[in-house]
Amino acid sequence: MAFLKTENTRISAIYTCVPSKIERTQDYEWISLQERQLFTKTTGIIERRVASESTTCSDLCFEAANQLLNDLNCKDEIDLVLFVSQSPDYFLPATSIILQNRLEIPTNAMAFDVNLGCSGYVYGLSIASHFIQSGNIKKVLLLAGDKSTISTNYEDKSTFPLFGDAGTATLLEFDSNAEDWFFSMASDGKGKDAIIIEHGHSRHPYGTMEDETIEIEPGIIRSKKHLKLNGMEVFNFALKEVAPSIKELLNFSNQEIEKVDYFVFHQANKLINDSVRKKLRIDFEKVPLSIDYFGNTSSASIPLTICKELSNQVLNENNKYLLSGFGVGFSWATVLLNLSNVKTKMIEYA
Amino acid sequence: MNIQEFISIIEEEFDEVEKGTLTPTSSFRQMEGWSSMHALILIALVDNHFDVLLTGEELRGLDTIQDLYDLLASKKA
Repeated sequence: MAFLKTENTRISAIYTCVPSKIERTQDYEWISLQERQLFTKTTGIIERRVASESTTCSDLCFEAANQLLNDLNCKDEIDLVLFVSQSPDYFLPATSIILQNRLEIPTNAMAFDVNLGCSGYVYGLSIASHFIQSGNIKKVLLLAGDKSTISTNYEDKSTFPLFGDAGTATLLEFDSNAEDWFFSMASDGKGKDAIIIEHGHSRHPYGTMEDETIEIEPGIIRSKKHLKLNGMEVFNFALKEVAPSIKELLNFSNQEIEKVDYFVFHQANKLINDSVRKKLRIDFEKVPLSIDYFGNTSSASIPLTICKELSNQVLNENNKYLLSGFGVGFSWATVLLNLSNVKTKMIEYA
Repeated sequence: MNIQEFISIIEEEFDEVEKGTLTPTSSFRQMEGWSSMHALILIALVDNHFDVLLTGEELRGLDTIQDLYDLLASKKA
């Protein structure tokens, strides 16, 4: 486990953009009504947002970032554009560079992409805060999200009803009065097959077989270009790694768990989050959810949950937060930080 | 925890199961509407109450509630 401490960084705004189109679990006719009810009970997902065919993750991030930059009037001050996503616009160039231009951010800004999912937001915060604490970079625009629905198949009950689309923009800036941030981060590539899109990149370039769908088991039909998810393996990974890594981070940062006001976990599955919460003996009220109305939104899940459930707290109070993302890779990361005077906004993309 | 208490917890967790109908020899796979979601619920339940992490593979090798209880007891020992 990598443990890190950064200083002089604060978050000043978090904006989230979701598509306006809603898909409800109760309308997912591929599975029986009883299965739909059990699915909602277990995962917590009542409905989720789905982007139209022509909308990409970068479009959602653009909307969030554009409003943020206009509201805070700081377009010319951005030194780094960081795009964390697993659904970029193109194989190349990097989507962050396209967004730099689209957002009319000056060309002296750096821009690069980071290919991470569930853990990506915390990794993004770590990268951004390391640049900022150097003192030479004053403002970073962190864009995180995914259009996961582009790769899920309707006839695959293990992925289709689980994922929602969202794009987020977070503004980080230098602040010599900011409290220190503490990170723990880890990776385990043994879990690579647990969440994977097998074909389409260099290992298995697109050929002719990708349109052929195969029945894996009843209710699960997909092709090699679709997202594959082994729920049981992911579940076991989360139960095994998340709570201990959080305890280790608290130990590293010399903080007591009781002093943490809110725990914002990646929104993969309500059952996972409930289990982690019980292991750590955290009160229910301290663990907000967004999976109920947005599904699993990949690297957008943590900022989305903050915008949906904690907008008043992050603006008007000064609280300690523990943010933890875990999943695809496997990759997992947790940060302990304070949030205050953070502007948030939820935007719907028409 | 004895096996009767374990059965009560399972019956409590699974809405589909009528209370008092499960016995140690009941096959959880044969439960009406058994699905991979139930397997996740069972793994979470065992983790929460026994602090034992059950893999999908281990669960696949089991049939009755007694099998499960015995495995937990041996992993706990």
